[in-house]
This record gives sequence, structure tokens and C-alpha cells, in this order.
Amino acid sequence: MAGLIIAESAIFTIFVVAYLFYLGKSITGPTPREVLETPIFYTICLLSSSLTIHFAAKCLARSITFAFLGLWLLTITLGGLFLYGTAQEWHRLIYEHGLTISTNLFGTTYYSLVGLHAFHVTAGLIMLAIVAVFGLAGRVSVKQSGRIEVLSMYWHFVDAVWVVVFTVVYLLGR
Amino acid sequence: MSSNVITVPVGQTEARPWVDELHQWLTTVDHKRLGILYIVSALLFLVIGGVEALIIRIQLMHSHNNFVSPEVFNRMFTMHGTTMIFFVAMPVLFGFANYLVPLMIGARDMAFPRLNAFSFWLSFLGGLLLYFSFLGGSGLYGAGNAPDVGWWSYAPLGARAFSPGHSSDYWTLALLVSGFGSIGTAINIIATILCLRCPGMKLNRMPLLAWLNLVMAGMVLLAITPLSAAQIMLLIDRYLGGHFFDTQAGGSAVLWMHFFWIFLHPEVYILIIPCFAFMSEIIPVFSRKPIFGYPVMVAATVCIAFVSMSVWAHHMFTIGMNSYANSFFTLTTMAVGVPTGIKIFNWIGTMWGGRIQFKTAMLFSIAFLFQFLIAGLTGIMMACSPFDWQLSLSYFVVAHFHYVIVGGILFALFGAFYYWYPKMTGRMLSERLGQWHFWLFLIGFHLTFDVMHIPGILGMPRRIYTYEPGRGWDTLNLIVSIGAFIQAVAILVFVANLIVSYFKGAKAGNDPWDAWTLEWSVSSPPPAYNFATVPTVSSRRPLWDLKHPEDPDSRYE
Repeated sequence: MAGLIIAESAIFTIFVVAYLFYLGKSITGPTPREVLETPIFYTICLLSSSLTIHFAAKCLARSITFAFLGLWLLTITLGGLFLYGTAQEWHRLIYEHGLTISTNLFGTTYYSLVGLHAFHVTAGLIMLAIVAVFGLAGRVSVKQSGRIEVLSMYWHFVDAVWVVVFTVVYLLGR
Repeated sequence: MSSNVITVPVGQTEARPWVDELHQWLTTVDHKRLGILYIVSALLFLVIGGVEALIIRIQLMHSHNNFVSPEVFNRMFTMHGTTMIFFVAMPVLFGFANYLVPLMIGARDMAFPRLNAFSFWLSFLGGLLLYFSFLGGSGLYGAGNAPDVGWWSYAPLGARAFSPGHSSDYWTLALLVSGFGSIGTAINIIATILCLRCPGMKLNRMPLLAWLNLVMAGMVLLAITPLSAAQIMLLIDRYLGGHFFDTQAGGSAVLWMHFFWIFLHPEVYILIIPCFAFMSEIIPVFSRKPIFGYPVMVAATVCIAFVSMSVWAHHMFTIGMNSYANSFFTLTTMAVGVPTGIKIFNWIGTMWGGRIQFKTAMLFSIAFLFQFLIAGLTGIMMACSPFDWQLSLSYFVVAHFHYVIVGGILFALFGAFYYWYPKMTGRMLSERLGQWHFWLFLIGFHLTFDVMHIPGILGMPRRIYTYEPGRGWDTLNLIVSIGAFIQAVAILVFVANLIVSYFKGAKAGNDPWDAWTLEWSVSSPPPAYNFATVPTVSSRRPLWDLKHPEDPDSRYE
């Protein structure tokens, strides 16, 4: 998993570099300053989900299954909320500001970078949901603790990437 | 992880019906079978890519030749480059890594056998996807039937306007898919080497082959992924109307070059480092001496890996970067020469004073040293940006990188084939055919690629479909083409050797070369579980210890 994370980081690096390289190079509007709003609430959701999954894995290692399940479901909810936030933002951008992936360079780089991240969140959520189904069926115990740790590593990575994306897109990029 | 105990089957199974056998091969997760699948598929693509090269050479044999149309010529050099790098060199090296790494470190399989199978089929189907473009690439517009934009696919050539139809999409998807396969294999190699070494196999006792493949896998993780990212961007450009590489909307064609070469320069080292690994196993065994300067070899490899990540733009001197970038990339490129020189020095040091046995594998290794040195020297020449301005995009460059890839990588690979074929099949390759193969290939190689430097210096640009007479290029190109055909004959001898020896070769026994690493301690071919009892090692040459209990290596470590 560490290897996968290194590889994924390289992919994200390339997209981030492309985003930074093309900042302010759009020939037509809209520009990031005009249309982007900082999604503070949803960022808090995603970052706190990193905490909840960490404690969930801890609970499982100590075989406190009930607390594990609760925290796990909370993680999924927080991740889902974040995705909802992204969806809402895209909806607003597309319908109110008319910014699509082919509008200008900002659109191209913004949608592909944020979209790549959202894709990873979705993949993570699917994996989390599978574990939740098994958990609810009572099949997840301390024996699977190692695998859960690996999954939580992936989720931390997705969160860490968001910190970078957030910084680049919403703080530096405006 | 393969921690569960594998029961040893009593007596090998009898001959099975071929459908059963085929089913076994298709569904296998055994690292040895997957290794062989990698190698066989790579050989298949080698023949295809070779035929494309011959078509190119026939076309360039004399001026104003009309053997193929310009369109077909473009397709041929695009497909030749893509095939040889992505579907011959990468898979064959992964195949050897897959086969040898677990055996050498005393493991029963790779860390993730199913991921291994998945990676192989991704790579292989990626290759099929590329070749499907001959059938399916015409697309809606009926234009083009295979990628024809050069294997760099420089923007804006890859854009929809300049590359209509689907041929470029097949190219993109093939590289994307096989790239994911490579990442899977790299993760697998790293996990195997770090987690599955047998007791006593400390990192500083690991065979150099395992070390070098570890470094290679690390580089794959960092180098293949930018290519994947760039391919995703290209797909977004082509299908969703994005503007990454669209200069009319403010995008940048140069950015594609950067992304492509960030991948592609390390890729050269990804290919050459496993070849260094072969050399580091073959040369000591046939010189009857342990490798000279083991820790320095490892350090030099890691050094090459780091430096090679920062040299990519020496492919781009001619696009007009500022002088700081030019100086930086000139310096880093020259710096790579230092650790590489250390390696060559160490191999010569290994041979020095040894009792050298000139088996075919050793002949190929010695030729490798010689040719790789020359390739490195022309590389240093090209590293000087003013020199590069003069000769970039000429046949000099073509000769240079073919010197690396054929003279270096392919020669090392042939050496590896002659060295490990007995382990993989249980039969020796014929030495007589091997000698024929070696000398024919050597003569063909030098005829082609030594001479090819000269039209480059005389100003012949690469990728031209034909040329005017009277520039002094005709005779030289004819010689180059003749050399190419001699190489083709040598390859046929090699393939014949592979097939004939499989049925008629002498029985190899466990250890035909009197070698020292763990793969020679098991039967040839090794059983499915590799080691009935997991071995314990106490030095860098476990089999030496076993054969010479009175004077084991472990005493000196």
C-alpha cells in the first residue's frame, strides 16, 4: 500500500503541477477568483473522517467491535458529506457560472484535479462500504485488523491529498 | 502473503489434455509461469517490432524508394518505438524479475500472486489493444489505421484536429493500461523483496539482481505514473474538450514534452538497471570470482536512480529553454556518467584475474560492457547542449539510443536467456547455435548502428520517409539496412535455438554453471512451491558455502 501511495502521489503531483502551471493562463473567463468559494465545512468533514477512521481501527485492534462499527459508519457519512459538497459546488459552477471542463484552462485543470480527488474519495467510500456491510454482518473482527489498517492508510492519503488540493486550488489559486 | 503452508504433491502429475494445460497457463498465479508468460509475450512483440524495423530499413535502403507510402512509414516508426519500449523491453525484464527474484531471495512466490497475474494480463492486453488499432483505428472518419504521430505523440499532433479517428486513442489507452500493470508489478516486487526474504538473507546479503530490481521497481512507481497522468490529460483533451495541451486556448505543448520526458528518461534507466542486474550475476559466475565492490554497486545504482530523475529535459534542449535550465540538465546528465562508470569499472574488476569461461552468456556480457561504454560516451556528447543543438533529431541520436537499447539492453537480455534458460526449462541452449547467434548479431549490430552515426553527422534527420540522392547518404543507409537483415537472421537463429533446445537440448541438472545463488539449489525447472524447506543463508553466496563447507564465505563477512 505504501508503494501504491507513492505511485498515486506522483500522479497527483503531475496534476497539481499542471494546475499551478496554468494558473492565470486562461484566455477567457471565468477565473477562480470570480467563482470559487472556500468549502470550509466540507473540508472539516473530510479531515475529521481521518480521525474517526483512525479511532475505528484502534477500536478494532482492541476488539471493541461496537465502537468500531459506529466510528466506521461515521467515517462513511463524513466522506459522503464531502462528496455531496463537491457535487454541489460543481452543480453551482456548471449551472450558475457556465464553467465546464471545456470552457477554459481553469475549467480543464480544476475539474480534472478535483475530479481525480473525488474519484479517489469515491473509490475509498466503496471500499469502506464493503467493510461496513461485512461489519454489520458480524464478519469483521480483530483478525482483519491488519487489512483495516491498510484501508485506513489509504483514507489518510486521500485526506492528505485534499489538504494539498485545498491549498493549491482555494488558497494559492485565488 | 504466502504464509500458509503448501503441501508438497507426491509425484508430478501425468500428461494432461492440452485444454487443461492451457487453462492452467491462463489462470496461473505462479510467479514462474507468469514470468515465462511475460517473456514469451515479449518475444512475440519483439518479432512484430522487428518486422516493423525491417520495413523502415527497406524503405530507407536507397533514395526515392517507394516500398511503403509516407503514411505507412509514419505508422511503422511509431509502432516500432512504442512496441519495443512498452511491450518488449518492459515485459521481458519484468518477466525475468518475476521469475528470479523470489527464487533468489528464498521465497515461495511473490507477495501478491493474484496482483501479479492481474498485472501481466493488463500489460499483455495493453499490447493487444495497441495492435487492435490496425483493425479498429479507422474510426468515424476513416482516417489512419494505426498511431502515426511518433512514439512521443508530441502535442499538438496528438490532439483531435491533427490525429482524427481512434488510432491515437488506442495508443493512449494501451500505454495507460500497461502502465497500471507496471505499477502493480513494481509494488509486488518491492513488497516481495522487503517482506519475503528467507532467514539470514539480510539486505546486504541479497543477490545484486534482487537489489537492482528493488531500485528499478521504486523508479517505476515514480516514473510510470507521470506518463499515466499525462495520458489521462490527453484523453480529457481528446474526449471532454479540455485544453491541457491546446495552445490556442492558452495551453502548452511544451508541458506535454516535460511530462512525457519526466517519465521517459527514468524509463531508460528502468530498462537498463535490470540489465546491470543480469551482468552482476553472469559476469562473476563466468569469471569464477565474487562480484567486485558489492556495496559500491548498490550505492551506484541508487545514485543512478536519484540522478536520473532530474535529467529529463536533456531531450528538450532544442525546444529553447533558458540557459540556466540548459546548464542544469547538462550537468545532471554528465553526473549520471559517474556512477555508471563505477559500475563498468566494477565489472571489469570482477573479470580481472578471474578464470574467464567464454560461454555464450559471457560473450554477450562482454559485448554489453563494450557497447554500453560507447553508448555512454555518445550520451555524454549529446549531454552538451550546444552539441545537442547540432545533432538532436538526427540519425546520430537514433544511433545513440539504439546503441543503448540494442547494444546494451538486448545484449544483456540475450546473455540472461543463455544463462537462465536451463533453469527455466531444464535444458541447455545449444552452444553452437549460440555462437552463431552471437557473432551474427554482433556483426549485424555494428554494421547497422556504428554506421548509422555517420548520416546523422552528415545531417540526415530522423523520421524522414525518403531522401534526395547525392547527399552521401545512400551507401551508408544501404549498409545500415544490410546490417539490420543480418541481425534479423541472428534473431531467427536465436528463436530456432530456443525451440530446438527445448525438445533436444542436453539435460541441465540443478546447477549447470556451478553458480552461487539460491535459484540453482532447486531442480530445473523449479517445483511449483520453489523450496520444500525454506533455506537459511549466512553469506552472499549461499551455494558456495554449501559446496565448500571447509571455506565458507560467511567466515569473511
